[in-house]
Amino acid sequence: MATMAGPSRLIGAPIKRREDPRLVQGLSHYVDDIKLVNTLHCTFLRSDYAHADIKSIDTEAAENLSGVVKVITGSDIAGKVGSIPCAAEIEGLKVPDHPALAVGRVRFVGEPIAAVVATDPYVARDALDLIEVEYDELPAVVDLDAAIESDSTVIYDEFDDNIAFTMPLDAGDVDAAFAEADHVVSQRFVNQRLIPNSIEPRGVLAEYLPGEGTLTVWSSTQVPHHLKTILSLLLDLPEQLVRVIAPEVGGGFGSKLNVYPEEAVVAYLATQLRKPVKWIEKRSEGFTTTIHGRDQVDYVDMAVKNDGTITALRAKLLANMGAYHQLLTPIIPVLTYLMMPGAYKIPNIKLELIGVFTNKMATDAYRGAGRPEATHIIERMVDLAAQKLGMDAKEIRFKNFPQPDEFPLEMATGVTYDSGNYQMSFNKALDTVDYASLRARQAELRGQGRYMGIGIATYAEICGMGPSVGVAGGGWESSTVRIERTGKVTVLTGVSPHGQGQETSFAQIVADEYGISIDDIVIIHGDTGRQPQGIGTFGSRATAVGGAALIIATQQVKEKMAQIAAHMLEANADDLVFEDGNIFVQGSPDSAVTFADVAATAHVAVNLPPEVEPGLEATHFFEPSNFTYPFGAHISIVEVDPETGEIDLQRYVAVDDCGNIINPLLVDGQVHGGIAQGLGQAMYEGAVYDENGQLLTGSFMDYAIPKATQVPRFETEHTTTPSPVNPLGVKGVGEAGTIASSPCLVNAVVDALSPFGITDIDMPMTPNRVWQAIQDAQ
Amino acid sequence: MIASSFEYFAPTSVDEALALLSEHGDDAKILAGGHSLIPAMKLRLAEPAVLIDIQRVEGLKGVSESDGTLVIGALTTHHELESSNLVNQKVPILAQTAGEIGDVQVRNKGTIGGSLSHADPAADWPATILALDADLKIVGSGGERVIKATDFFEELYTTALEADEILTEVHVAVPAENTTGSYLKLHQVASGFALTGVAVVLTKSGDICENIAVGITGVSDVPYRASEVESALAGRALTADNIAAAAEKAADGVDILEDIHASEAYRSNLAKVYTRRAIEGAAS
Amino acid sequence: MNKSRKQINTTINGEDYTHEVEPRLLLVHYLREVAGLTGTHVGCETSLCGACTAIVDGQAVKTCTMLAVQADGAEITTIEGLAQDGELHPIQEGFWERHGLQCGFCTPGMIVAAHQLLERNPNPSEDEIRHGLEGNFCRCTGYQHIVDAVQYAAEKMQG
Repeated sequence: MATMAGPSRLIGAPIKRREDPRLVQGLSHYVDDIKLVNTLHCTFLRSDYAHADIKSIDTEAAENLSGVVKVITGSDIAGKVGSIPCAAEIEGLKVPDHPALAVGRVRFVGEPIAAVVATDPYVARDALDLIEVEYDELPAVVDLDAAIESDSTVIYDEFDDNIAFTMPLDAGDVDAAFAEADHVVSQRFVNQRLIPNSIEPRGVLAEYLPGEGTLTVWSSTQVPHHLKTILSLLLDLPEQLVRVIAPEVGGGFGSKLNVYPEEAVVAYLATQLRKPVKWIEKRSEGFTTTIHGRDQVDYVDMAVKNDGTITALRAKLLANMGAYHQLLTPIIPVLTYLMMPGAYKIPNIKLELIGVFTNKMATDAYRGAGRPEATHIIERMVDLAAQKLGMDAKEIRFKNFPQPDEFPLEMATGVTYDSGNYQMSFNKALDTVDYASLRARQAELRGQGRYMGIGIATYAEICGMGPSVGVAGGGWESSTVRIERTGKVTVLTGVSPHGQGQETSFAQIVADEYGISIDDIVIIHGDTGRQPQGIGTFGSRATAVGGAALIIATQQVKEKMAQIAAHMLEANADDLVFEDGNIFVQGSPDSAVTFADVAATAHVAVNLPPEVEPGLEATHFFEPSNFTYPFGAHISIVEVDPETGEIDLQRYVAVDDCGNIINPLLVDGQVHGGIAQGLGQAMYEGAVYDENGQLLTGSFMDYAIPKATQVPRFETEHTTTPSPVNPLGVKGVGEAGTIASSPCLVNAVVDALSPFGITDIDMPMTPNRVWQAIQDAQ
Repeated sequence: MIASSFEYFAPTSVDEALALLSEHGDDAKILAGGHSLIPAMKLRLAEPAVLIDIQRVEGLKGVSESDGTLVIGALTTHHELESSNLVNQKVPILAQTAGEIGDVQVRNKGTIGGSLSHADPAADWPATILALDADLKIVGSGGERVIKATDFFEELYTTALEADEILTEVHVAVPAENTTGSYLKLHQVASGFALTGVAVVLTKSGDICENIAVGITGVSDVPYRASEVESALAGRALTADNIAAAAEKAADGVDILEDIHASEAYRSNLAKVYTRRAIEGAAS
Repeated sequence: MNKSRKQINTTINGEDYTHEVEPRLLLVHYLREVAGLTGTHVGCETSLCGACTAIVDGQAVKTCTMLAVQADGAEITTIEGLAQDGELHPIQEGFWERHGLQCGFCTPGMIVAAHQLLERNPNPSEDEIRHGLEGNFCRCTGYQHIVDAVQYAAEKMQG
């Protein structure tokens, strides 16, 4: 790079979002807001049973209802719509066939059986009631521990048992470490099943133009590029003629990082009926058939020395896959496995990860995806060890942190942490809450019979997904930067934001590099017709990978621009400065050419330097050398009402280190939302199935996502330890809040209840559960 | 999300509504604010063939005072009760209870008559209406009758209303000066309904509890008066010990609900703790 | 299946609308599909999430829990009716200034609910703001910047 950037004005500044004016006025377009002429409306008949053979399906009455255009079942599309794919590659992984509409047998409540298409969504709904399905109910496999017992019902005839895969690890000398341990702490953890519940339900609109042979699909998805490729394969259409658009997308949290049966069926119906077909998920469908998160039972032992040194970790992790694999289902608990050591140097680790089929909806990526489970395990175990040693929860953490100069640091699980200074973030959090006086206050309140608790979580997580070797379907990202003839800048990115604000933060990056106004830059995303290659938004990767692709493409174009400007100014390209819409030799701003003039020159192409081609455009595919490893320290303060089990969350402090920060406003928003979702897991949320596999928490009447009155004000602070694995030095911040907050809150409540002898409590920590724990302890 | 088809009528008088009810019998449902019925219809848990929307019926809205009694029209919304100066001055526990229901939008639209007629076992109004010993005015094709709140709630989602009757008014005697009330509730965290809701109406003479009424919702299939608590405290000094001892009887003789949100033991405990705290609140 | 359609007249954002509708048509579907105002969203089926909030005769209501026929004769304001002459309403401005939204799907309902809140209580405390927005779910923001946005608007509206 020959040129110098102008003074940094926008990177690091709290620029308000350019997305917002359309959103606050209700003028943006989510899938259901897109209206095409003659659109037909699709709705799905779904299984009432968790496990049953389908004896017969009678669709005749539904087909005869006025306004109904088509009814299809699994047998109608067999061989025409491919099976819903799983991208995971794990040795020995069992991958059951996953038809878009069930054929012969259903394996979870809500599994789609038939699709109805009608001219009106109200008629389509009426038609569902006219379809008769006869079932032969089979025993449902619902309990994770019981599912792997030899007497369990086996869900797939083609497999011997319900074990989808096992993944062992034996690093160091675990047996010796346990033999030499001064203390061993053991605990069983249940990391309960969660339901993501983005406020916009899923939705698909598909239009097929038979003359051109083009299929356009609007889907509420985080991964339009993956969806494009997979739909072309499932429907046997040329990939070049399939276009997927993720329009305004109303949240995802991982649940839209997938390819779902409804996307395949709706696209198929559009090709057959030759009219646009739309399906919008009902919230009740979202509860039963959009992927779920978490759902592990973990058996963990930790070996510690008297001085607090953790010498070994041993664990059996049971991970509930659900009935079928969705796109990444088996990979999610692998992230738990990789991140078991958390923020601590633990040399000896022995793990057995077991993926288990049950008659429930598939689990997959939900905000944090595998790392909240790992963080819950390690942060609880560290507290349990401290409690056993009579050591303060603070001291044991400092004892086992790696030193800042040890990074990059290879961990026993095989991952290499990029950079870190765990002492710095933890000290900042401790100072913020004045930890010593908090402990004094706690002692005072205990004397009065009051139960205050202080919870700590010092986490390290893995994100910036990631090098392609570690990410199914590829971990790179693309960006194209084009300077138009008028000097306006178009950015095309493969990331697919749905609330994260890259229309703003990416423009900040480009504006600084070019020394132009942010208003001259447009960020285009979520459309495979405009940016044909990309991956998408998940795993806190958009800026670490997509932003890296962007800055490199931006600089490539800038280099060419500098050559042209140097030619115009009869100067040396190395001496040029880009500032305030002008390009000039450093120190001579009076003889400048404008950014727009250079853009015009590049396109008019009559005054170009020799060997320089017309146009100003570059595409870069960025492949990161490693994942990033954000870290931080969260501290919460609670008081528990022992008579009712109610928890009063009084204070929440988060110190996060996500590397360099492009826009602190957006970072704080991500941290707040992340904490709220982790808080939801800790205190309110949990999918409950009965013994027959019926979902008892199938609506917002029974499944609580946090309301405005149910979360406190969060105090957020940061430390900055740049990542060496991308040119922006960023790490990612989309999931950190969720990863840290649930163990932080559980640690606080357990700390509050320690006078009762309580050492652990399952999530969600409902008043009933807290009260019962106190009763059981007395 | 999409209800079954139905025929819709919007009568403007009670007589017209009653005539429609007589004509359509069990096929018909009365629609008031719609915040219990429409959700059930959208999930097709209720599929009435005929909907009689009484929102436009004259004379069923608002609160007035007449001869020491508050007369509350059945179509009065929770928000109107929460914000009414008259209610806040004369029977503040009514306003307090209204403010605990659902959320702002629900309170704007939901009505006291609709809520009482629906008889959800975890609704808020029944506790307070029971504790206030309210009278309920009901009209039907056979004429008009007034029944005690204590006789109104019969079973889960079932009241003393006959198929051809409509609840039109709630009558609450304005309590004496030395009477105080308190409604305390633990919200079911998802739905906002009461895991336990306790309404206490207490008349004091010095430190002595002259009279007390305790209404409890959310704990059993049917909201109830905790008469054991009342008789344990009436006529006695309002000491912490007496209150606690009386509150221990809050779930005596009651069939207690159990569901995924609260065990039987926990609900029983909540009934006692919330009763004690509600009495303490009313007594202080 | 169209039992006795009913004619309804409404005024939405100052414009008059007359249509014949099925009695079972929900008001939110009337707004979105018949009147073409798609800023009002559908987020749940159980009258809890509040994404469908609009103002009907001065009251913030969940339009998924109201039949279009119930709105006959009503004056309705949706999110599209808040900005005047190209100027954002102070609440909309507050959401923008204070980063009160991320994915934006709950935002129209949230803003309309905040409008009702500030109309009734022009100077609310944080606690009052949180209670006033209890009927509107947001999964992205953790609500903190929403509270800040409403406080911004309250100050601005009081001049």
